[in-house]
Formats: sequence, C-alpha cells, structure tokens
Amino acid sequence: MFLVRIPSTSGCVVAQVRTVTLIPGDGIGPEISAAVQQIFAAANVPIAWDPVDVTPVKGPDGAFHIPQKAVDSVNTHGVGLKGPLATPIGKGHKSLNLALRKEFNLYANVRPAKSIEGYKTLYDGVDIVTIRENTEGEYSGIEHSIVDGVVQSIKLITEKASRRVAQYAFDYTKANGRRRITAVHKANIMRMSDGLFLRCCREAAQQNPDVQFDEMYLDTVCLKMVQDPNQFDVLVMPNLYGDILSDLCAGLIGGLGLTPSGNIGESGALFESVHGSAPDIAGQDKANPTALLLSGVMMLRHMDLHSYADKIQTGCFQTIKEGKVRIWRSFLLVDCPCFTLTISEVQWLTD
Amino acid sequence: MQESADTRIHYCFCQMSSDTQVQGRQTVTALPGDGVGPELFASIKEVFTASRVPVDFEEMILSEMEPEKSASLESVIESCQKNTVCLKGIISSPVNFQYGLLQTLNMKFRRGLDLFANVVSVKSLPGCQARHRDLDFVIIREMTEGEYSALEHESVPGVIECLKIVTREKSTRIARFAFDYAIRHGRKKVTAVHKANIMKLADGLFLECCTDVAALYPTIEFESMIVDNTCMQLVSNPHQFDVMVMGNLYGNIIDNLAAGLVGGAGVVPGENYGSEVAVFEPGARHAYAEQIGKDTANPTAMLLSACNLLSHLHLHEHADRISKAVKKTIADGTASVTCVNTITKVIQLNLASQSPQ
Repeated sequence: MFLVRIPSTSGCVVAQVRTVTLIPGDGIGPEISAAVQQIFAAANVPIAWDPVDVTPVKGPDGAFHIPQKAVDSVNTHGVGLKGPLATPIGKGHKSLNLALRKEFNLYANVRPAKSIEGYKTLYDGVDIVTIRENTEGEYSGIEHSIVDGVVQSIKLITEKASRRVAQYAFDYTKANGRRRITAVHKANIMRMSDGLFLRCCREAAQQNPDVQFDEMYLDTVCLKMVQDPNQFDVLVMPNLYGDILSDLCAGLIGGLGLTPSGNIGESGALFESVHGSAPDIAGQDKANPTALLLSGVMMLRHMDLHSYADKIQTGCFQTIKEGKVRIWRSFLLVDCPCFTLTISEVQWLTD
Repeated sequence: MQESADTRIHYCFCQMSSDTQVQGRQTVTALPGDGVGPELFASIKEVFTASRVPVDFEEMILSEMEPEKSASLESVIESCQKNTVCLKGIISSPVNFQYGLLQTLNMKFRRGLDLFANVVSVKSLPGCQARHRDLDFVIIREMTEGEYSALEHESVPGVIECLKIVTREKSTRIARFAFDYAIRHGRKKVTAVHKANIMKLADGLFLECCTDVAALYPTIEFESMIVDNTCMQLVSNPHQFDVMVMGNLYGNIIDNLAAGLVGGAGVVPGENYGSEVAVFEPGARHAYAEQIGKDTANPTAMLLSACNLLSHLHLHEHADRISKAVKKTIADGTASVTCVNTITKVIQLNLASQSPQ
C-alpha cells in the first residue's frame, strides 16, 4: 500500500491506492479491459490492477479448476473486474462463470439498466436495477430422470439465502439513493417456495421502513415493463426470474453491450460485462467497452470511490450522447481506441 | 384469420359437422371469472345479442377468491365436457392459501379437462396504442406440467424444494401441436424457448422432443432460443418471431410480455385446447379486481376470444362480423377502449352498420 495525491474538485485529498483483480477474459476481453484501464488511468483512479488468467488448469484429481493464483488474488483483494469468458461447450468442465460464482459465494447479482442518450431505442428514460438471488432457486443443479422420459428438476429456496438477498437489496437501495423496491415472485403458483422468498422480502421491508416496498407477480412485471418501464426502480427476485428480467431490461435500453453487472459475495465482489466474448471481432478494435467500463464504475461505487465513478460515468454517457463514437448493433463499437481517448480527454479536463 | 372447416378437429374430436352446428343453437359453458370478468361477460352477451349469434350460455361461477359463491369444480368440468366449448374469464389465484392446497383452482380446471395447449396470437391492432407495430406471432405454451406441478415441500425448516416435472410424452405432444398449428396456419418457423443450458435434463428433454418432432416437419423452419435471450429479443427485435413453443412458466412470462408489446392484457385473446374440450379466455390473465364497477375495463381481449370461439363452432360469419366491428371501433378511436359500456355500444353500432347477412 502507498499513498498518492489525487486532484479532485474539493482540492487535494490523500487516497489510498487499492489493488483490484483484473480478469481480462477471452475474445474481445483483453482489448476492452485495456480500454477500461486506460480510462481509469486518465481519471487518476487510485487503483492498481492485478491481472490474472482464469483459464482452467487440470488438477491432480483430473478435473479442471480455476488456477489457484486467480482464487488467491480475488480472496486477497476482495474486489475484481472481469471481461467476458468463453465457456467451451462439451469439454467436460463447468461454466467458468458458474465456477467463479461458487468459489467466491457471490450471492447477489446486480444489473442496472439505464437509458443511454445517443443510443435510441423504443424506450426512453429507463432507470432500473435488478437484484437477483444467485446461488440457488432453479439453478440449484439438482435434477434427475426418475424413469425414462420423466425428469424432475428441483428449485431450491432457502430462508437464509432469501433473507440475505432481500437485505442486500435494501442496503443497495439506500446506499444508491433509490426509493422503491419491488419483490418479483410467482407465489400464487409456487406457493411454498416463492411464498418463502416473498415472506423474507416482507420481513426485510419491515426492518427498513424508510424504503418503499411493494410486490408483484412476475408475469405482471413483464407486462408492465414492456409498456412503461419507468414505473420501476429496484427489483429483487429469485434466480431464474432475475436472469430473465435483467436481460429483458437490457433489451429495453439496447442490449448487453451497454449494461454493467456486479456480483456481490460475503467476502468479495466481482464486476463483469455479461455479453459474450465475440471472438469473430476480437483484435479488430471494434469492440464496445461500455458494459465493462460501466461495470468498473459500479465497482468504484462499491469501493466508495463515488467521485471517480461519477466522473467516468458522465464521461462515458457524454461521449455516446455527443455521437463521437458510433455504436453498431449495440454491441460493436467502431473505433474502440477513439472511444477510449475521447472519454479520457474530455472528462477530466472539464471539471 | 380464415380457417379451413376441419382446422381443430385433430385436437377437439368433439366437433359436430359444420352443417348441424350452423342450423341449431349451441350451448357454451361460460365462466365469467373474478375481477372485471362479469362486466366483460355482460359486454359479450350484448354484442352476441346484437349480432343474433345462435349461442346460449350455461353460466357458472368458478372462483378461488370467493369459494362460497363458487360452483363445484366437478360440476363445471362436467358442463365443459358436455358442451365441449367454454368461454372463460380470469380466475384469480390468491397468494394466501389454505394449508395443503398447493394446486390452484386454475390448475385443477386445466388438468381436469386436460387442457394442454395454450395458444396466444399476438397481433398489433391498428389504432391501439403500443410502442411496437405490425407484430404478428403466436405463442404456444404447455399447460399441464413444468413449474405448475404443485409439488413442493419443506425438507427442513427454512429449506423448500419445488419440483418442476418435464416428461417426454407431454413435451412431444405440445411440440406436435405447435408444428401442426404452424402448418395449418401457413406459418414458416417454430422457435422452441428453453433454459437447457442450466436445466440440462428438464429443459434438455423438452428441447430434445422439439428437435425430434421438428425433423418430421421439414417444411417448417426450426430454431431454439434461451428464454432470457428470447425476452431481450422480444423487446428489441420482436419481428423475427413466428410460432413459439415453450414450457409452462416461460409461456406465462412470454404471453404477458408479448401482450404488453401490442397494447396490454386487455387486447390479446387466447385459446386452450385439450383432446376433447376447447376453452377460450384472454391471452394474458389479469382479473383487474381493483377496477371492479369502475367501467374502466377493456373488453377487447374477451371479445376477440369469443370470436375465436365462434370460429371454432364454425360460426365464421358471426366471428368475422364481430371481430371487424371490434377492430373498427379501436381503429376509429371513437370510444375509449378502457370504457367497457361505451365501447360495447359503439361495437353494436358498428355491427349494425355492417350489411345484414
């Protein structure tokens, strides 16, 4: 640890440089990670990067594991930023994303979806955060074939995990100056499991009376979301519903290339872009770093570095709004280095 | 939508020949449902009377919200089996339930009649306010298993298991239904919606059944899509879809999402088919209990569902007249679509203005 002087609007402050794990990822991952590093450096963010490779290595038991160095790095620093990972299909190892989630017990997935001026969609002014339980539910992985042609898949809902994510939703809402939480459920159909989840949300609401709380059926949320998404603020829900709704919300504002994501665990947090690794355009300077950059912004907020987060976010939105870069198909961005430079140059000089 | 005379006979063997049906009067079981259901049903009756539709309703109350008013499920099922056709409002499923009663009344009703296929045609209505335009696709949902199996238990305090059941038999049945539907309605493509990357066995089986059935229909294009991506695609590029087939919960989600795309739960009709009985009800199921007595409900979905029912009974002329009158009323914008009494009156006027048969 060492101290540096950071210029800021409030004069000179002394900030501690904190180290953050960086998992650049596959495909376009390295180039968008480089873009983010460059922008962070230009903004004098007091962060040092510890880049690690998470390509699975074969362990003594013959199974593939995340390299110990990567695990140690995240455990030491407690915070990480991750680019897209390619999950090889049918190679005998589990999804790396899933493995990372398990390894660090990342129980809450936070996905803000905010309309970006300059990237026009049918929906304006969207500003929603979905918070998804990330350890159980429909993704428990407990399935079996009872007899040929009859499969049981178990959705697991526990009081502990439901309480934990509900409480996190209220903490997040307060920390980020938001007002209202909607619990999304299907307790009219899955009366015990979703009923338990809903009960835990209600209890958390009672303990946090300063935040508005309501509850809504999943189908009603979908119906209202596509008609008028502006009526929603923060949504909290079990695993599958969160998976579906977070992508739906991303669709409202232009796709996965524009939405950040954060995974919160008990001992660490991992921020990531959730789009694919796009190997077909890797190395061509076409990739859009917005999702990873905004994930970095979420990370800064998580680390209480709000002034830096504000600067970079404003810079990013301003750059897109002014049309200095062109987003194509919401995912590819022509002239990636130009985008990086524009954000770097413009923002820090204006304040 | 013009259909050949024997369109649904494969799934509803009960149908009489079209001649006998047109001559005599038909009896149809009617379940107005909860919330604004009775108001919407009154609108149906007025419009049917205005069009002199030769249908009589056997009206019954089936409700989980007000069990004291409800007829027994057995008598309702019996009536549906006798009449083979039913017009149904929305029956709400309360969150608060009596211990031991995991199955909702809707589930019992559907299982009792083996209503396995739910068809929701999502079509933009000119004049109806919506963000997306010119949409035209069909959602086919399996309705008897999956997440709606009502099998849940508390293993230890605070730990609940909820079973999702997927079988080859029912997955194949709904897949066949979807491809048959596509062929009969001149559709080009079927998209199977799933989450087989996570639920490898359950959704994997569903996807496998769809893939197997697809091989039997070489003229229909087949593709599969993961449910979260499907939802994202539906809000950003919905025109790519034609016929979609999926399991129970995904169907519930996508029916509602799609209804939102074309104007809301009040404008999208739905059809349910079993091997013997056909039940017609709105495509997105919301009872709107908070709107009771305010005259603010939109009867369009119910009226278009009733038109589907008339087509099913081979009363095509009536179906066309009424659906034309409804669509004209919406396109003209002369009546607020969320004002059931006014819109009903305007629809009657529009009906009267059409040339007599």
